[in-house]
Amino acid sequence: MPVTVKTFGSTGEAASALSSDRSARYLGGGTLVMRALNEGDISISTVVRATDQALSRIDVTSSRITIGAGVTFAKILAERELAFLHAPARSIGGPAVRNMGTVGGNLFAPNPYGDFTVALLALDATVSVQGGLGARDLPIEEFLQSRERQSGALVLAVSCQRPATADAFRYRKIARIKPKGGSVITLAAHLPVSSGRISGARIALGSMAAMQIRARAAERALEGRALDDAAINAAAAVAAEGVSPTDNALGSAWYRREIVGVHLRRLLSGLE
Amino acid sequence: MTKTPLQFRHNGRDVAVFVDGGVNLLVALREGIGDMTPKFGCGQGGCGACSVLIDGELHLSCLTLAESANGRSIQTLDGLKDGPNLHPLQRAFMEQFAAQCGYCTPGMLMAAKALLDRNPSPTRAEVVEAISGNICRCTGYEPIINAVLAAASGGRARA
Ligand SMILES: Cc1cc2nc3c(=O)[nH]c(=O)nc-3n(C[C@H](O)[C@H](O)[C@H](O)COP(=O)(O)OP(=O)(O)OC[C@H]3O[C@@H](n4cnc5c(N)ncnc54)[C@H](O)[C@@H]3O)c2cc1C
Ligand code: FES
Ligand code: FES
Repeated sequence: MPVTVKTFGSTGEAASALSSDRSARYLGGGTLVMRALNEGDISISTVVRATDQALSRIDVTSSRITIGAGVTFAKILAERELAFLHAPARSIGGPAVRNMGTVGGNLFAPNPYGDFTVALLALDATVSVQGGLGARDLPIEEFLQSRERQSGALVLAVSCQRPATADAFRYRKIARIKPKGGSVITLAAHLPVSSGRISGARIALGSMAAMQIRARAAERALEGRALDDAAINAAAAVAAEGVSPTDNALGSAWYRREIVGVHLRRLLSGLE
Repeated sequence: MTKTPLQFRHNGRDVAVFVDGGVNLLVALREGIGDMTPKFGCGQGGCGACSVLIDGELHLSCLTLAESANGRSIQTLDGLKDGPNLHPLQRAFMEQFAAQCGYCTPGMLMAAKALLDRNPSPTRAEVVEAISGNICRCTGYEPIINAVLAAASGGRARA
């Protein structure tokens, strides 16, 4: 069925068009929206686009970085200042998907996708959202928990603090098909160290629940400790606490529970 | 339903076409202007048979909203050869037996061109990475990888 395409110059107009029409869907890179249209998804009758250049801007001038929702993974890979985000960006799809798919779209991508969002969750990102009534910033965890209700809102950008050292942020995606493939498990860890002890550990998991979640028990096991074998073993032992994975073609829920601790141990030990 | 006018550059020539709202670029290319070189494989982004270059970047035409191609430059396999002369990649594909049924070949050639335009002498790993979004049911990939490397090491890749 033909759909109406509405293109706006400003994000404000695009946001009001989205919030006033339940059957409207925002088009980022289109890698998921176009797939739905190609498959004849009749729940979409309007496609909204915004050409505002601010959506594809990357701001790396301060210790805080801001990435427009329309920034593609290829653009992140081309930005040296964002080296800490290269592993998550590179882990997504093949080259064409990375040229098209956006950071904003990834926030809404269902399992087994949403890998970049796992990294953003571990980095405690902030999501800037524009609704019909104005713009606001919310913590990514809160954004993800209310994701279903965000469908009428436009994401403008995500921002996060740059990790203090290259070692403080780690990412690992387990996939069966390499170099591209859907996630069996995706893990990201932000481990800031102060006086030799971890302070403010954040560990995020993808494909371990309906959406990206934090491994809170593992975070607690690391908090205030040095990243030694004992701490790593303690975190790995509780990695599966609070997870609720499902079975899919890439792996069973049982398998995911079995291996999450193994991969968390490898991530924390810096093993390949 | 009204049709939407669309204008873009297609292999160096300006073209205009009317499309239904929400159709993808692959449909606009094949049904709108009769360029049958990009193939329809899956319509889901999974196979790469529909790959084209948009402003020099590799994109999946089946997942590109036709209207977002407005005013941009699209290159397809149809524009790869130079008059009667095959592109070095096309010659290498023939010489290395890199096509069997040939269904994946247009997409593979565009993915390979995107790579060589950016990196004229890729490593084998870089070639594997570059074609990782393209599925081939027939060749087992090795002849394709060899063909891309042959075209590259011949130093004949052109812009
Ligand atoms: C072959 C293939 C392989 C893939 N592999 C991976 C993978 O390995 N890892 C992975 O994580 N993903 C993967 N994906 C999924 C997808 O490409 C990415 O998740 C991508 O980030 C989605 O972004 P997009 O801009 O293309 O989304 P779109 O299709 O444009 O949008 C997806 C959803 O997000 C909404 N949306 C998009 N932008 C905004 C915004 N700014 N504000 C509000 N809503 C918005 C849309 O309305 C829609 O509901 C793959 C997809 C394909 C086709
Ligand atoms: S037809 Fe576009 S990727 Fe398969
Ligand atoms: S040659 Fe048949 S699919 Fe590649």
